[in-house]
Amino acid sequence: MSTESAVGGGTPSTAPNPVNRERRYFLIGATATVGGVGAVGAAIPFVQSWMPSAKARAAGAPVTLDIGKLRPGEMLGPIPAWRGKPVFVVRRSDETVAHLEQADPNLADPDSSNPEMQPEYARNPWRSRRPEIGIYLGLCTHLGCSPKFYGAVQPESFDANWQGGFFCPCHGSRFDLAGRVVKAVPAPDNLEVPPYRFASENTVVIGEDEETA
Amino acid sequence: MEQTQQAKGAIPRLWGGLVDWADARFPATETWDYHLAKYYAPKNHNFWYLMGWLAMVILANQLITGIWLTMSYVPSDEGAFASVEYIMRDVEFGWLLRYLHSTGASAFFVIVYLHMFRGLMYGSYRKPRELLWLIGMAIFVALMAEGFFGYLLPWGNMSYWAAQVIISLFGAIPYIGPDLMEWIRGDFLVSEITLNRFFALHVVALPLVLVGLVFVHLVALHHVGSTAPDGADIKKHKDATGKPLDGIPFWPYTVTHDVHATVVFLFIFCAAVFYAPEMGGYFLEKPNFEMANPLKTPEHIVPVWYYTPFYAMLRAATYPLFGVPAKFWGLVVMAGAIAIPALLPWLDRSPVASIRSKGLASKWMLGLFVVSFVILGYLGITPPSPVATAAAQVFTVLYFAYFVLMPWYTRVEKTKPPPERVTTR
Ligand code: HEM
Repeated sequence: MSTESAVGGGTPSTAPNPVNRERRYFLIGATATVGGVGAVGAAIPFVQSWMPSAKARAAGAPVTLDIGKLRPGEMLGPIPAWRGKPVFVVRRSDETVAHLEQADPNLADPDSSNPEMQPEYARNPWRSRRPEIGIYLGLCTHLGCSPKFYGAVQPESFDANWQGGFFCPCHGSRFDLAGRVVKAVPAPDNLEVPPYRFASENTVVIGEDEETA
Repeated sequence: MEQTQQAKGAIPRLWGGLVDWADARFPATETWDYHLAKYYAPKNHNFWYLMGWLAMVILANQLITGIWLTMSYVPSDEGAFASVEYIMRDVEFGWLLRYLHSTGASAFFVIVYLHMFRGLMYGSYRKPRELLWLIGMAIFVALMAEGFFGYLLPWGNMSYWAAQVIISLFGAIPYIGPDLMEWIRGDFLVSEITLNRFFALHVVALPLVLVGLVFVHLVALHHVGSTAPDGADIKKHKDATGKPLDGIPFWPYTVTHDVHATVVFLFIFCAAVFYAPEMGGYFLEKPNFEMANPLKTPEHIVPVWYYTPFYAMLRAATYPLFGVPAKFWGLVVMAGAIAIPALLPWLDRSPVASIRSKGLASKWMLGLFVVSFVILGYLGITPPSPVATAAAQVFTVLYFAYFVLMPWYTRVEKTKPPPERVTTR
């Protein structure tokens, strides 16, 4: 075998082999681009596998609750009702409902202006379908601790003028009995209202409503 | 006893043959000489230069006890908490393995913080050690992540809610936050799915990353060599054979020093392991003796002590800005506080490296920095109150001032020239 034939164009092997730079850069560029696209493509299954699995999504199925025994001023929960997250179900007394309807200057967002925090049917002073029943996600909108229910109208260590509601021990955020956040606390939003519907007078289905069902 | 080539006994001859055989196939002697027998460190290395070695000792402890714990641990919703109790009560010496691992985590941070402080004090981050410092910063971040993932594994109630709070931080990022949270958890709340992936990250992914980073850390170190505490450069004065006059080889000298320190360190470490493994709730927190409960947050959420300075800075951000909620700025402040030391090589404009040669301004700023860091650490474990928040804001500003003002105060202050040869004192 002659070594000459291995060198392009049959030039003698002693001659410097001219480098076609343009061709080289083109080949490097093309290889890198195709390789890069391939690498991104190969990353997709790894990144996607971290999304909630089919099992996790199925576990988020709606939950049916009987609220017949819930009395005014009481809370049912926290119960793992919506996608396993703690849900608060409260029954409010007539006085509380009347109180919620009055304008309160201490609330950060009394009119529930952030559409992501509640379905349209809960955009009212009491943030619920029925004035007396309130259903809220029991996770503080600050860093996700579960606030505590303080239902009674009485002075509390964190508020001498407490009208009932929720208090988060982690970072001190406060919410009224409609889950509306008080001004100047770390939580930026009202408590979230999950989708729900009443199947009958005393049964509520949490996790689905007319839209999502 | 003097020995000539011929007078060597059978065993040294056999050994020499083996080494020759290996050297022809692998750079054995070359590597040994380059990294150990002919690697010179300044002979005036002090206490602070022991920490790198001790960090390797504790890394080995974490790897070995970790592998053994994995043999009895069950990463599941039902099984995790119970398996840790099983390790503590029924596995032979399981309590010891667990305490070595949990105390080791705290010891690791003590040592790494001291190691990093040495860097600030002696200007170790300066040219030509910028990359060495940046690799160190990557180790630090990986270590914090490793600790965070590991903390979820016992599946106690504090594990659960600490993970919930820290993951919720990412929810503060505008637009992508809520989806990012779901992606990290793999579920709509912290669940067994989250536990499983944190387990994989804690026992496989991050240890590999850490070991790899420590390897390149040492490669970079051996390329540039150690600083001396007084700022002298041992490479400037060499004898006829090229050995630094003020240096001693790692093998067998530095290593003797290091082994000695290891013994003292292990005394202290074992005292903690045997007599105070929970360290009054600081190493192992009280609410974590109760199983994870997705419906009930512990009264008072605190991270483990080694994260508390950064947690205090997170909570110090209480004002919304540019229409973005305060919690997002908390995340920014915390991430900034962790990352900003990476800029040190370019912030320090002093003509000298060591604090011994620097001026009064540098000494004061370093002192204030340490005080701020410690006080922030304390504020991070106290419940939120208006006074604590105000104090955290002041010390957060001081913490950042050390870095942000550095280009200025290192240039205007009066410095002393570093000694030509190393000084022993
Ligand atoms: C697993 C953790 C670590 C290990 C095992 C480790 C190991 C070491 C060792 C053995 C040395 C030489 C001995 C000494 O000077 O102490 C060293 C030096 C050094 N390390 Fe680390 N290190 C770790 C983390 C870090 C971190 C987090 C940083 C900084 C962010 C860092 C920055 C440095 C620097 C700048 C030096 C050179 C110091 C000088 O010569 O002045 N290291 N490291």
